[in-house]
Amino acid sequence: MTRRQQPTAWLMLAPVLIVVLGAIGYPLLRTLYLSFTDSRLTGLSQVPKWVGLGNYQHALSSPDFQAAAWHTAYFVLVSVGLELILGVLVALLLNQKFVGRALVRLLLIVPLALPTIVNAMMWRWIYNPEFGAFNALLTQLHLIGDYRSWLGEPGLAMNMVIVADVWKNYPIITLVVLAALQFIPKELLEAAAIDGAGAWTRFWRITWPGILAALSVAMVLRTIEAVKVFDIIYVMTRGGPADSTKTLSFLVYQEGFSFLRLGSAAAYAYLVVLVSVLLIGLYIVLLRRQERAT
Amino acid sequence: MSPKTLRGVQTSLLYLSVLVLVVSILAPVVWLLISSVSSTNALTTVPLRWIPDALDFSRYKALLSQEPSGFGETFLYALRNSLGAAFGATTISLLVAIPAAYSFSRFGRIGLLYGVLATYMIPPVALILPLYGILAALGLLNTVWGLALVYCTILSPFVTWLLKTNFDAVPVELEEAAAIDGLGRWATLLRITLPLALPALSTATIWAILLSWDEFFYALLFTANQNAKTLPVTIADFAAGRAVDYGLICAAGVLAAFPPILIGFLLQRGLLSGLTAGSVKG
Repeated sequence: MTRRQQPTAWLMLAPVLIVVLGAIGYPLLRTLYLSFTDSRLTGLSQVPKWVGLGNYQHALSSPDFQAAAWHTAYFVLVSVGLELILGVLVALLLNQKFVGRALVRLLLIVPLALPTIVNAMMWRWIYNPEFGAFNALLTQLHLIGDYRSWLGEPGLAMNMVIVADVWKNYPIITLVVLAALQFIPKELLEAAAIDGAGAWTRFWRITWPGILAALSVAMVLRTIEAVKVFDIIYVMTRGGPADSTKTLSFLVYQEGFSFLRLGSAAAYAYLVVLVSVLLIGLYIVLLRRQERAT
Repeated sequence: MSPKTLRGVQTSLLYLSVLVLVVSILAPVVWLLISSVSSTNALTTVPLRWIPDALDFSRYKALLSQEPSGFGETFLYALRNSLGAAFGATTISLLVAIPAAYSFSRFGRIGLLYGVLATYMIPPVALILPLYGILAALGLLNTVWGLALVYCTILSPFVTWLLKTNFDAVPVELEEAAAIDGLGRWATLLRITLPLALPALSTATIWAILLSWDEFFYALLFTANQNAKTLPVTIADFAAGRAVDYGLICAAGVLAAFPPILIGFLLQRGLLSGLTAGSVKG
């Protein structure tokens, strides 16, 4: 770059940097500061006291936080895991030749484009304990005797939320994998088949390495999203029953906006950020590797 | 088994799997549609009859008519707010992101670009408390403008990233020719690069609108009434109400889902390129 172009380069970057520093950087630092104080969200202007790591110590030893961390981990592992498995399987299916393939691929857009809140509301209605379609279907098929409260039983609710989340989000993985599959040379697969490699061998030796890079980027991105999970929980269960679906984001929301304890809410939030930053780092490393490869 | 019957079995298995897939995708959505046009009576009958005797479009009429203090008024205000926030945020984000993406593409500083991208993924819970304070201080709580500004924190890093990868594909030679003809950097961007990157620009626009349309967390916390409540917040309100008409909530859901699904169908190719923030060349 010539010296003369430097000012233009920075001038062009300025607006985005102002947004990033002002609306993300500053709040991020401000939250960090709050997490070391006992600030409260009240009308009274009281001077917040510095409490050092007190909020963090309290958070890590609090059963509420530990439970929420476990619920979040469970949600992330199970939903992203299922999305990966389903996503790849459906992509392999849609990579076969059959009548109407283009139409079925188009259908994948429906869950994907359905707004998150509408998805949550739709499944809540399907799971309705008195009139829900899920209960009706299972009883009419004689699979269950009586209607059940799918979102009302602590051991069950989280799994039902996960089903709703997976239904909406696995098509992302499918579309990404489908795109990657187009770059695998057909000749390679055919040659391997002629050499006597079975379908299983061909998948693990040729297809899997071909989709791995795109799949891992998509997986980390889904994980980052799943760690933040809030919307679907808010509409489907509000963290219940018996707090069994209360995730970290929901805990921060309650601590800050229901109990008005900003200090400890900020500490909870920062513990979520810590996990996210590790994932974001991983995402960027994978992305850079893939950018260089293509 | 002869090769011919084996092939036959394989084909039937393939079509069976496709059938299961199609049903699993369509069943929940079709039930949403049916629920929205069934009478409340039909929906609350046990055992459930799946197909309603008569189609009842009264909820759609109720939601789309401006009866004072009815569901329609609430819904239409929410629609207005959602549109305002989405288009406001998208416009600002594009204005902010286009020069930045161009600068990253032509002058480098990739490290900084990844830094910008990273901010887009920061969990909102870490920003929400100070942002609340900022909006309150600016008098922008419970306004569509405030919401649009907050959405820029999500949209502008994302759009910058998406556009940068696409600006990379515009040949530098064209710009050099323009420079020789005496065109400055800004003029080159406006007259040469942007027209060539028009498809990418429309993809970025669509993604920005879809992301704002879907946003819930900020909207829930920064809005209080029909002055600024968006569709997702309003639908969540409907769903949480005590005396609920399930069909009405479903109809509201259908109306809110219709625009993004239609856009998705029309622009399926462009949609893909934004899915993983440019990690797949769509």
